[in-house]
Amino acid sequence: MKERVVVDLSRLPLHGLGSASVTWWGTLAFMLIEGTGFALVIAIYFYLMSLAPIWPINARPPNLFPGTLVTLILVVSVIPNYFVSRWAEQQDLRKVRIGMVVMSLLGIAPLIVRAFEFSALNVSWDTNAYGSIVWIMLGLHTTHIMTDLADTLVLAVLVFTRHGRNLRRFGDVQDNAMYWNFVVVTWLPIYGCIYWVSRL
Amino acid sequence: MSENVARSDTRDTELGRPLVGAALEDTWATPSGFWGALSTVDHKIIGRRYILTAFVFLAMGGVLAMLIRLQLARPEARLLSPDRYNQIFTMHGANMMFLFAVPVMEAMAVYLVPLMVGTRNIAFPRLNAFSYWIYLAGGLLLWIAFALDMGPDVGWFAYVPLSGPQYAAGKRADIWAQMITFTELSALAVAVELVVTIFKQRAPGMTLDRIPLFVWSMLVTAFLVIMAMPAIMVASTSLILDRLVGTHFFNPAEGGDVLLWQHLFWFFGHPEVYIIFLPAVGMVSTLISTFARRPVFGYLALVMALIATGILSFGLWVHHMFVTGLPRLGESFFTASSMAIGIPAGVQIFCWIATLWDGKPVYKTPLLFIIGFIVTFVIGGLTGVMVASVPFDTQVHDTYFVVAHFHYVLVGGAVFPLIGAIYYWFPKITGRMMSERIGRWVFWLIFIGFNLTFFPMHILGLQGMPRRIYTYQPDMPWSGLNLFASASAVILAAGFLLFFVDAFRSARYGPPSGPNPWDAPTLEWATSSPPPSYNFARIPVVFGASPLWEQNETLAVADGLRVDRRELVVTSLVAAKPQAREASPRNSIWPLLAAISTSVMLIWSIFSPWAVVWGSIPIAIALIGWFWPKGVPEDEA
Repeated sequence: MKERVVVDLSRLPLHGLGSASVTWWGTLAFMLIEGTGFALVIAIYFYLMSLAPIWPINARPPNLFPGTLVTLILVVSVIPNYFVSRWAEQQDLRKVRIGMVVMSLLGIAPLIVRAFEFSALNVSWDTNAYGSIVWIMLGLHTTHIMTDLADTLVLAVLVFTRHGRNLRRFGDVQDNAMYWNFVVVTWLPIYGCIYWVSRL
Repeated sequence: MSENVARSDTRDTELGRPLVGAALEDTWATPSGFWGALSTVDHKIIGRRYILTAFVFLAMGGVLAMLIRLQLARPEARLLSPDRYNQIFTMHGANMMFLFAVPVMEAMAVYLVPLMVGTRNIAFPRLNAFSYWIYLAGGLLLWIAFALDMGPDVGWFAYVPLSGPQYAAGKRADIWAQMITFTELSALAVAVELVVTIFKQRAPGMTLDRIPLFVWSMLVTAFLVIMAMPAIMVASTSLILDRLVGTHFFNPAEGGDVLLWQHLFWFFGHPEVYIIFLPAVGMVSTLISTFARRPVFGYLALVMALIATGILSFGLWVHHMFVTGLPRLGESFFTASSMAIGIPAGVQIFCWIATLWDGKPVYKTPLLFIIGFIVTFVIGGLTGVMVASVPFDTQVHDTYFVVAHFHYVLVGGAVFPLIGAIYYWFPKITGRMMSERIGRWVFWLIFIGFNLTFFPMHILGLQGMPRRIYTYQPDMPWSGLNLFASASAVILAAGFLLFFVDAFRSARYGPPSGPNPWDAPTLEWATSSPPPSYNFARIPVVFGASPLWEQNETLAVADGLRVDRRELVVTSLVAAKPQAREASPRNSIWPLLAAISTSVMLIWSIFSPWAVVWGSIPIAIALIGWFWPKGVPEDEA
């Protein structure tokens, strides 16, 4: 087939940010997958609750302190997270470097407190179905903190190397920040279920 | 030669047409040899592999089906022991659903969608390589376990309590559950790639209403995968936890519930039917248009029907559970929604008939399979409306009536279009035509063999023959029809055998096809057969839904891309306006390493929960190796 050139692409940028980036869409798609997963475990929680004559089954409601502290840290972390994303958009490498260090620390902090959350549930995963579902909810969310933390740490190292000053890296930082927001937002209904629905 | 052609930042505009091809080949080609095969990220090579592997699983599942038919051909047969029989029907179902039907449809999309939307590779090509290795590992896990007499024996939907710790000792049920994790992981990865490819890598000008219908169907399918498959992953994971570490999700004695399993399974399982069926629908629309020699009738109606089917498919799952004693109101709701999905199905059937009616149909083998599909699928759809009704379903639940129904919709609704699609796209993939003469034999053998095998099963079901029994007594009135079905299955198997022979023979000796043997209108036919590693020397520009029919002399293209790095065009979601010259990743061995470490962790975790902790470390290392920038031109921005 003969060809006729009708469009010149040579002036296009080498990488787009936000909705012009394929990784941004990929991150959204993975958030949809995992969001469905979170919705399902919450549905299981209420399903089991609807069957049980008493809820929680043979256990005291979880102690509020560690879970609430994790919630506070996560909610506060959204503020520096917002700024890191903005600095990445402005391609301000110096500020992004600082921001990534801060976000790494804010990823580690909730994990430390999270370790105490499991014992504060006052029930074991093999005690009964109530114990099983709250452990799964907490475990599922903890994996998300850990994977995002691993991603943040690797990116934090990367922005200090020669690969840091690159539009692609700023896009990665933005996507990572978006994913952290997702980790925080999905925690809120789970926190509500584990700590407050059990007190209703 | 191309070494000195492609210095840094060389544009295709600087080079003449032959030099552009050479330079692009240099940048995009997969090196020959073992290492090249392991590290390739070319969607065509991976797609081909995926399709081939899926057909190998089809053949193996077919052998199991023949064993089932052999066993049931006469009463009181002793060919297979009850235990072996349980493994065989479980393997047949699990293999056909999870290792053949879903993967083969996604495999076709992995090969075709990037070509049909006019781009050079699928989005996230390394994830694509990873997904294939994971799929292969899942398939090997299931079949090696079966060879070791550890094959799952709890039915393809593995209902608890039968599959729970109390009744399924050993690791057979875990093999099933973990095979699910493998196949769903790979399916989810491909779904993400497809969504992003279709959203962001369409050729300039390919607005939403110019997307080929097969691509639309894969977009809806990908969303179904994304929304439905997490349910089965949650289900299979909680089953493994119940079996391994003593959780109580499905244990009624400790506040769990066995019906929870059925809800989770069918919340996935019903959309799953449409995950298999919708791609087939897309194939039908594509093939009908080509062979009726006119654009498909009712493009908008067909797209809307795809989306409506996708949404409704999430509101049907309870119709698999009508005999579990759910509240009447719930049953009525799900009866209504099950019948409602007949509406978009009907819209599509009428659009296809209208296309054929108004066109000048050319009755080649692919079109024969489409017509066979319409006939068979309508029968399957009618029995579907029957079993949507609670009183009727209560009578035939777990009988051969249901077996007949779902083979009509799955084989008639998905495998017929798929075989037609293979005949249609085979020349694109191999550069050679399959035999038209043998193709007709294949069609009639499969069509007649299928109907003779499965139609009697409706009657057997109405006569009360339960599914999944390994034998029956001579005083039951079932032996005649069973013998008839078994004998007819030989015709069906002969059809498939002939199909495989034709495919193998034609791949080597078939007549060369040229770029567009069917005079088809979509972009995959604008490039050579088989396509070069870079798909298109210059990215096509689209002005309508049937580009090759509208611009049949010269193809409008875009230039200005670099040839010294893997570059493709990212366009906007709705209007497909060019936004960036995005890099596409190079070949890499890391996806294979990540897949191996993931497989080790998943299989190990059947035996010990600590596998999740220790097994995650190599996965993390592999992922870092995968994503760490290597200083190649593709990392530039």
